[in-house]
Amino acid sequence: MQFQFNEQQRMIRDMARDFANRVIVPVAAELDATEKFPKDIVRQMGELGLLGMSVNEAYGGAGLDTVCYVAAMEEISRACASCGVIMSVNNSLVCWPLETYGNEDQKKRFLTPLASGQKLGAYCLSEPGAGTDAAAQRTTAKKEGDHWVLNGMKNFITNGANADILIVFAQTDPAIKHKGIRAFIVESTSEGFSVIRKEEKMGIRASDTAQLAFDNVIVPDDQVLGPAESGFKIAMSTLDGGRIGIASQALGISAAAYEASRAYSKQREQFGRAICEFQAVQWKIADMATRLEAARLLTYRAAWAKDQGGRYGEEAAMAKLYASETSHFITNEAVQIFGGNGYSKEYPVERHFRDAKITEIYEGTSEAQRLVISSFELKK
Amino acid sequence: MQLNENQSMIRQMARDFATAKVAPIAHAIDRDGTFPEATVREMGELGFLGLVVPEEYGGVGADITSYALVVEELSRACGSHGLTVAAHNSLGCWPIATFGTEEQKRKYLPPAAAGTSLLSFGLTEAGAGSDAGGTRTTAVRDGDHWVLNGSKMWITNSHYAGALIITAKTDPAATGSRGISAFIVETGTPGFTVEKKEDKLGMRASDTAPLTLVDVRVPHANLLGQEGEGFKYFMKTLDGGRISIAALALGLAEGAFAVARDYTKQREQFGKPIAEFQAVQFMLADMATQIAAARLLTYEACRLKDSGQEYAHMSAMAKLHTSETAMFVTDRAIQCLGGYGYTTEYPVERMYRDAKLCTIGEGTSEIQRLVIGRYALGL
Repeated sequence: MQFQFNEQQRMIRDMARDFANRVIVPVAAELDATEKFPKDIVRQMGELGLLGMSVNEAYGGAGLDTVCYVAAMEEISRACASCGVIMSVNNSLVCWPLETYGNEDQKKRFLTPLASGQKLGAYCLSEPGAGTDAAAQRTTAKKEGDHWVLNGMKNFITNGANADILIVFAQTDPAIKHKGIRAFIVESTSEGFSVIRKEEKMGIRASDTAQLAFDNVIVPDDQVLGPAESGFKIAMSTLDGGRIGIASQALGISAAAYEASRAYSKQREQFGRAICEFQAVQWKIADMATRLEAARLLTYRAAWAKDQGGRYGEEAAMAKLYASETSHFITNEAVQIFGGNGYSKEYPVERHFRDAKITEIYEGTSEAQRLVISSFELKK
Repeated sequence: MQLNENQSMIRQMARDFATAKVAPIAHAIDRDGTFPEATVREMGELGFLGLVVPEEYGGVGADITSYALVVEELSRACGSHGLTVAAHNSLGCWPIATFGTEEQKRKYLPPAAAGTSLLSFGLTEAGAGSDAGGTRTTAVRDGDHWVLNGSKMWITNSHYAGALIITAKTDPAATGSRGISAFIVETGTPGFTVEKKEDKLGMRASDTAPLTLVDVRVPHANLLGQEGEGFKYFMKTLDGGRISIAALALGLAEGAFAVARDYTKQREQFGKPIAEFQAVQFMLADMATQIAAARLLTYEACRLKDSGQEYAHMSAMAKLHTSETAMFVTDRAIQCLGGYGYTTEYPVERMYRDAKLCTIGEGTSEIQRLVIGRYALGL
C-alpha cells in the first residue's frame, strides 16, 4: 500500500493551494456575505484546468487521475466551499457523464467547452417531489419527429442560474418506471428554459442553487445522452463519482476549521495560559485530527479505487458519509474552541460550520449513503 | 411533573403571544438582523420582562418554573426573543433584585419590569471569556464616585438597555477572581459607549455588542452589593441564567421537532410518507426522547431553585444537556427535511444556527462540564 502522492499529484495539490490562498481566501467571507457567484474565480479555475481535471486532453481536459482531482478539491474547498461545489459539479456531475456516455459529436460540442472552462455545467436530477426518491421523476420528455419536448421542474440545482449546459433527466415512459428515464443535454439558451428562483441558504451562499422550469423545451435527438433505458443508471453512476467530490469538499472544510482551531488554541490565553495546555482542549484537538485523517484516507481510497477502473460505489458512499459527518463534527468543535469568537462572523469557522452542513445533504443525504452502503454489505 | 394553575396560565399566554406575534416575524428579523422593538414592548406590557421582579417593584414575581415556561414558549417560535427575555430577567433584573439596595431596586426594577428599559450584565472581555475572573476593566474610587475604564464583549441587549451591570477590578493587588466588584452603570453616562452590533451565526435578532468605558463616573450608590464580591455575584447570577438558556434550548428543540414531525407525515418519497420508514421513525424517537430528558432536567433545576435548594449543579446539567439536545434535534430536523431544511424557506436552519449559541453563551458546554465535574467530585 502506498500512502504518498506521486510527483504529479503533489504538483497539482500545490498549484491548487497556491491559487486558493492567493485568489480565493481573501474574498471568501465577502462572497458568503453577499451571496455573489464568483464568476471571475470560476474563469480562473477554468484556465488552470480545474474544471475538467479528469477529462482527456483531447477534449480540453487536464487528463489527470481522480487522486489529483480530490487533492485540488480539498485545497479549493479549504478556502471556500462554494467554489468547491461549483468545481465538483462541473467535473463530477457534468464532464464525467459526458465523457463516459457521450458520443464523439457530443464530446466535441459540449464536453470540450465545459472541460476547458469556457462554459459551465449543471446536473438536473432533483425535483420538488423527487429528492432521495430520485426515480420519481415528473419531468417528461416526449418524442416529436427528430426532437424531444421537455416539460417539468427541477429543484436545488447547483450552478443552475449560471450554467450554459445542463444535463437534465426526464421520464419518457412512466409505464416502465425508472427504465423510462433518459438523460438530455440542454443548452440554457433554449427557448422555454427559465430560472424560477435562487434559493436562500444557510451556507455555500456564493454557489448558486436554483429552481428551474422547462416549458416545452425542444431538445434535438442528437442531444440525448446514452442509449434508451439508461438514464437512471447514468444518474446513479454519476453520483458515485460526485460523492468523491463532495467528500473532498467536506475534507477541505474540515481541514480549514481544524487548522484554524489548532492555531487559535495555541495563542488564546485563559486562566493564565494558552488554552491548548488544558487537557479538555487537547482531547478535542486529538479527536478532530483523528477523524480528519480517517476521512482523508477514506476519500483518497475511493479516488484510488476509481482510478483502478473497478467498482467504487460503496467506497464513494463511505467516504461521503464519513467525511461529511466529520466536517460537521470538526466545524462544531471549532466553534466551541473559539467560543464567542466562533459564533461571530469575524472568524471563518462560523462560515465553515454553515457550509459543512450541506455536505450531509446533497448528492444523497447521509441517510441515503447508509442505504447504499448497507445494500452493498448485505449482498456479501 | 405537573404545572399548577398559575404556571399553566402563564404558559398559555406565552404560547398564544408567540404564535400570534412572534412566529410571523421570526424569519424576517433573523434575515435582516433587526431587534424586534415592537414585540419587546408588548412583552413588557404582558409582564414577560418582569417575571423575576417582585410585585412591589412592578414585576410579576413569578416562580422560576413560570419564567422558564415563558422563555421556552417564545423560543419555540424565535430564539432571539427567548434570549432577549432570558438575558434581561436572569442577568439584569435578578441580580439587582437579589443583591441590590432598596434604593437601587426602586430606581431600576420598575422601568425594567415594564420593558421601557432593558437590563443585562457585562462580564465578558476580549481576554476574559471562560476565564471570567480575568477581568481587566478597572474601577478606581474618587470621592463618592468610582471611575471605570476598560471594555466588555458579547453584551446582550446593550443598545436597548437603560443600565448594565458591569464588573470591574476594584482591588488591583488581588489575584485571580478576587477584588472584582459589580456596578450598575447607566448607559447614558459620559464615556460609556455601546459599539457596533456583532454580526452573528444565529440569534441575529438579539442585540449583542461590545462596550467601551473611558473614565466613566459611577456614583458609589450604584455599587451592587459589597465591594470585592462582584465575581461571586456573577457566578450566582449565571447559575440562574443557565436555567433560562436551558429553557431557550428546549424551546428551539421542541420547535424544530414539531416542524420535522409534521413534515415527515406529509412528505412522500418511494410512494409513501417518509414517516412510514423505520429509519425516519428512529430519528423521531431519538429526538423525542432527548427532548423529554432535557425538559425534565430543566424543570428539575427550576424546582430546586423555587424550593430554595442548591441548584447550581442541576442548572449546569440542564444547560449542558438541553443545549446539546437542541443541536442534535435541530440537526436531525434538517436531515428530515433534506434540501428544504438547508434553505430559509423552513425555520429549522434558523433554529440550528440559534441552537449553537446555547452551547456557548453563559458558559460553554466545556465550562458546564467543569462545573458538573467539580460537583460530582466534591471539589
